[in-house]
Amino acid sequence: MGGFSYHRRSKQIIATFTGFEADLLRSLAGQLVELLRNEAAAPRESSDPLEAMLDFSGPTTEPEDPVLARLFPTAYRDDEEAAAEFRRFTEGALRDGKAAAAATIIDALESAGLPPELTEDGLVIDVELDRAQAETWLRSFTDLRLALATRLGIEEGDEDYWDALPEEDQRAQVYGIYQWVGLLQETLVEALWGSS
Amino acid sequence: MDAMSAPSPVELDEPEVDDLTAPDTPWVTIVWNDPVNLMSYVTYVFQTYFGYSKKKSERLMLEVHNDGKSAVSSGSREEMERDVQAMHEYGLWATLEKQE
Repeated sequence: MGGFSYHRRSKQIIATFTGFEADLLRSLAGQLVELLRNEAAAPRESSDPLEAMLDFSGPTTEPEDPVLARLFPTAYRDDEEAAAEFRRFTEGALRDGKAAAAATIIDALESAGLPPELTEDGLVIDVELDRAQAETWLRSFTDLRLALATRLGIEEGDEDYWDALPEEDQRAQVYGIYQWVGLLQETLVEALWGSS
Repeated sequence: MDAMSAPSPVELDEPEVDDLTAPDTPWVTIVWNDPVNLMSYVTYVFQTYFGYSKKKSERLMLEVHNDGKSAVSSGSREEMERDVQAMHEYGLWATLEKQE
């Protein structure tokens, strides 16, 4: 798929998703919302390793949860007290903002025709975003990529490792999704540059 | 993100006065390298939030990428707390510290 592009005539940023892609994006965004709003959730057990990796809504005992630790980093490296104070004043608003951004993606996909349960083959979802909406998606894509990367354990310069994983390795599937969201984000940045 | 949707400034209960620090000691916002954020996205964030030119934003982004970190803004402690919060909203890994 080609990701996002700027449509000059309508001044909108547009993308076309298959039903499967839109459903996947909704699922990722939904898990992010759940993680952000449900920090005290008990760790969840799953017998399916793929499901467990894609399910970054748990375990979520903050601040131990590494995804939350990455989304809300410590602002003062050498001053515990100031760091705690900063967190106290900012983390709630940041959490709400990130959850609202992810919810925006879900709402937009559903307004564009994604049904609650995907049953139909060959469904096509056309998304049209104005600049403000596009920026919200852009930020939320970052949160999704940070969550997936943290769950996978992605590190600087380890692309070869991930690319070399055999296709049947479920981490390769998750990495593929991570790269796909990266492609979406890259095209969205380009579209935003094109629109200004 | 445009300035309209930026989070409200953090209201502190009391003005923060650090006894050991002269009131005009500048603070800096540091953005750290991470293996996830796209170079284009980081550039876009610097351009959009700080209002820097694309060229300056790219230079700062490359500094983060190559040196592991970059001081992207400076000012009062309260201003830097705002900037760090904004960077966290964008998903960048940012901290603040007193300028060396």
